[in-house]
Amino acid sequence: MTTTPSPELRPGVPPAGRTTAVAARATELSKIYGQGETRVVALDRVSVDFRQAEFTAIMGPSGSGKSTLMHCVAGLDTFSSGSVRIGDTELGSLKDRQLTRLRRDKIGFIFQAFNLLPTLTALENITLPMDIAGRKADRTWVDHVIRMVGLSERLSHRPSQLSGGQQQRVAVARALASKPEIIFGDEPTGNLDSRSGAEVLGFLRNSVRELGQTVVMVTHDPVAAAYADRVIFLADGRIVDEMYDPTADSVLDLMRSFPGGNPQTPGFDAKGRTS
Amino acid sequence: MFRTALRNVLAHKARLLMTVLAVMLGVAFVSGTLVFTNTVSDALQKSSAKGFERVDVAVRPEYQDSEGNEVGKTPELTQALLDKAARVPGAASATGVLSGFTAVADKDGKLVGGDWQSAGGNYWGTKDPRYPLVSGHAPRGKGEVLIDSGTAKRAGYRVGDTVRLSVDGPVLTPTVSGIFTTDDGNVAAGGSLTLFDTPTAQALFGKKGTYDEIDVQAEAGTGQSTLKAALDKALPAKLVETTTGKQLADDQARMISASMSGLKQGLLVFAGIALFVGTFIIANTFTMLVAQRTRELALLRAVGASRRQVTRSVLIEAFAVGTVAGVTGLAAGIGIGAGLRSLLSSFGATLPGGPLVISPGTVATALAVGIVITMLAAWLPGRRAAKIPPVAAMSSVHAKATTRSLVLRNTLGALLTAAGITVILAATRMNADTGQGLMGIGAVLLIVGVFVLTPLLSRPLIAAASPVLRVFGVSGKLARQNSLRNPRRTAATASALMIGLTLITGMTVMAASLQMSIDKMASAAIRADYVVSMANRGPLSPDVARKVASADGVTLSSPLRNGESRIDGDTEFLTGVDGSAIGELTDLKVTDGSFTVDGTRIVVDEDRAEEHGWKAGSQFTAHFEDGKAQRLTVAGVYEGNDMLNGIILDDKVLTPHLSDPADMQVMVKTADGASETAKHTLEKALGTNPAIKIQDKQDVSDEIGKMFTQVLNMVYGLLGMAVIVAVLGVINTLAMSVFERAQEIGMLRAIGLDRRAVKRMVRLESLVISLFGGVLGIGLGVFFGWAAGELLGTKMPTYELVLPWGRMTVFLLLAGTVGVLAALWPARRAARLNMLSAIKAE
Repeated sequence: MTTTPSPELRPGVPPAGRTTAVAARATELSKIYGQGETRVVALDRVSVDFRQAEFTAIMGPSGSGKSTLMHCVAGLDTFSSGSVRIGDTELGSLKDRQLTRLRRDKIGFIFQAFNLLPTLTALENITLPMDIAGRKADRTWVDHVIRMVGLSERLSHRPSQLSGGQQQRVAVARALASKPEIIFGDEPTGNLDSRSGAEVLGFLRNSVRELGQTVVMVTHDPVAAAYADRVIFLADGRIVDEMYDPTADSVLDLMRSFPGGNPQTPGFDAKGRTS
Repeated sequence: MFRTALRNVLAHKARLLMTVLAVMLGVAFVSGTLVFTNTVSDALQKSSAKGFERVDVAVRPEYQDSEGNEVGKTPELTQALLDKAARVPGAASATGVLSGFTAVADKDGKLVGGDWQSAGGNYWGTKDPRYPLVSGHAPRGKGEVLIDSGTAKRAGYRVGDTVRLSVDGPVLTPTVSGIFTTDDGNVAAGGSLTLFDTPTAQALFGKKGTYDEIDVQAEAGTGQSTLKAALDKALPAKLVETTTGKQLADDQARMISASMSGLKQGLLVFAGIALFVGTFIIANTFTMLVAQRTRELALLRAVGASRRQVTRSVLIEAFAVGTVAGVTGLAAGIGIGAGLRSLLSSFGATLPGGPLVISPGTVATALAVGIVITMLAAWLPGRRAAKIPPVAAMSSVHAKATTRSLVLRNTLGALLTAAGITVILAATRMNADTGQGLMGIGAVLLIVGVFVLTPLLSRPLIAAASPVLRVFGVSGKLARQNSLRNPRRTAATASALMIGLTLITGMTVMAASLQMSIDKMASAAIRADYVVSMANRGPLSPDVARKVASADGVTLSSPLRNGESRIDGDTEFLTGVDGSAIGELTDLKVTDGSFTVDGTRIVVDEDRAEEHGWKAGSQFTAHFEDGKAQRLTVAGVYEGNDMLNGIILDDKVLTPHLSDPADMQVMVKTADGASETAKHTLEKALGTNPAIKIQDKQDVSDEIGKMFTQVLNMVYGLLGMAVIVAVLGVINTLAMSVFERAQEIGMLRAIGLDRRAVKRMVRLESLVISLFGGVLGIGLGVFFGWAAGELLGTKMPTYELVLPWGRMTVFLLLAGTVGVLAALWPARRAARLNMLSAIKAE
């Protein structure tokens, strides 16, 4: 793993003492929709590293390309040019099946909603990625994760019998259970009340601190971003700023400094009907 | 409200497509049946009316019923009667008509018309207006015949060729003197018609100097009824009856429409089954649509729509769907009606031509069926839609799974099922006639009961399949859970398939059992190597029995000669046999006395013995058709069957009393048993006759088997429609489930389920549902087959249940195939779902 920071990044130097191995890297990543008149550049030659055991938040106004960046790096979406690596694997050359396998084995996901299969129990949902892979789950590890998120009592419940916060904790446990190289969260707290949201974010931060997990999360909420080690800011498909060891206030301040950049009110983007 | 409903229909075009198709197929079946039967009936009536154009009054013999010791007789229509009829005032001319069986061989010696459609008749005089000649001239004497143009074309005969034909046994080889055209229905339907000159026809058909019918033509200006009155006055009323041509045409028309309405009703039953199956799909679709639109509907309620209005909006949607289905179904039905005619023609059955009859009734029925069925099936989902509380618009719960308790449903189902089984079991203990109706009621109860119970049954039955599904890993597990997720939906989908398979299996079991029992009946009692009979099962000339007896290698033979008698004032049919041979040729179970047929010693079957109180040693007097009486002694009582029953006596006793002896069959035993050579020798001895069948036991079995196969295939074809509709239902359910679960599938894809596994998941779900329906259907079908057999068994001593395992396996495989095929499109859709939009949605 190289340590060269991307030249485009502003000199927000990572604090000393942190590991510098890279879990995922995007280089000159572009994503363009449509052609001619309708051409939209969602990502414009973005280069960014996500270091191991680091909790990164991606922020930016609606349409800034933050979700697109995450989807491309996570192998959920294709990109127009540039390259993405997860560990040693270059994503650009992978076919759908290989990409699927990569997601299954190396990536954990937490979505805003619809994280769980209603027909499966909490435990079955947690071990689902391993079941898909046809692998035996590491029982001790799974137990550890379950204890960490505090679900030991609810393993045989179905999602419909769990609260929203509990469901999202199941999703966190599922993401952690298969020991992925990197976990991506897409507004993981967007649908939760603040207390449940804080719990889920706490688990994610603990997994980084205690288990050395790598986590990348898209959010619009400065409070959520404050749980991260590092925040990168996107606007118009480019990275415009980054910040280490953020607090809710410092994030808010920085966002205010962007031209026309008011932080979105929580819930706006989340409920935006995109279907 | 109306606009909202219509917008919904348009917005869900794709999702409603399968529903429209399902209803459309049913409607097409109904309207196709109506168009076809109306068209054919119309054409047949027109052609038959044409056939009576040249008949003003028909004179037919009046059958004289048996009375006292007199055997009933058909009076003879003699030449004298004909001459008398021709001289009646108002009569222009009279034609003597003769008809009978005449088999024509093609150049390879094979029968041209079917077994039943080889007819013969007479050509009247030198120019018979009934049969316009295309070429050649009227037949003269024994050496000349006319054949119809269709037969001539098929067999490649031309004027001057020699043809091989046979009327009652002996082979004739006359010359074709001419070829004629006719609009005789039998010929139009692919049969053959051969015409002899009148004296030859009289000789061949055993009507020396007499006719079967005398057709009288009126002079210009004389009405049919006037002529009829004149004939009634001139001819002996006791011996003949007269009918006007118009009456005959009307009777014929009534008969045609009666027989067509039988066909129509039969077909409509199957159309009804297809429609019934279709209702499950409609109900399922609308239930799912309503569930998916919970929020929308709740919003409507929140902004002030009443419950009635919500229900109505669903019903308007159903109305639109039904109308589209009705109109397209009608169009398809007209196509089917037209297509069926050409299809049947290509199978060799020529139906009379004529315009396609599309009556206003057909149009109205098609539309009404489409609309009413759709709206009825959508009614319950519509009611359910109305119950959505306005507050559901605010809640984020999307398409909640049905959580309503199934307790009521299960209780009701259990009661109905138990009642159905009880009624059927009770019916099996009755005799065939009284039990029939009860069994029908039981069958309906049981089917409805099982249908109501399917959600409950789905759990254990699908759980039973889980070891197999486990092989497919996570796809199998998800498929199983998805199929159990909404028991009502799974049940409705599986039931649709169940109904078709129940009927198919039931029919198959019954047919297999019946075939076996008839086969046994026909062959078990026979020890003869061969049975010789006429192709149309008509009477054989005694000449055949004589020729067989003297053929090389024949060791024993006996005719089965027909006779009629009066005994104690009852009509009894007699079978005259060679008493010395019959014991060796048959293997009938004797229950009393011994099987001895010799002189005046005879054997009788159990039914006859019981009726008359006869035992071995009883004596009675038989009055033969010539009026003479004979004292006979019962030597033994045997168990009769379809082939041999009644009173069996020595033909030496019977034949002297017969004016025109004829045999139904001749039984033969050869020195070396049944073999190709033996058969060949017999064929040769009988002059390689196209009209005569020489069958060994295997041939008899094959023939019975063929008959059953034909009937079964037809039933399969008709029930196939119901199965196709059920397949549409499976496709529909799966496609809608995939749509509903788009986000789940997107999530699964994101966390690592590849496209293949997604496809497999949908396919396995489909397979599970289809096999569930298949197992239920086959199970029920076997039960019905068994029960119906128990009922029939009371009438048929040889009946025993035959389970056609091979067929049943095929049906199960068919259900599986249905599942796999139905999943093709939904599985593709599921695999192609855009992961991102699926995740992002909501």
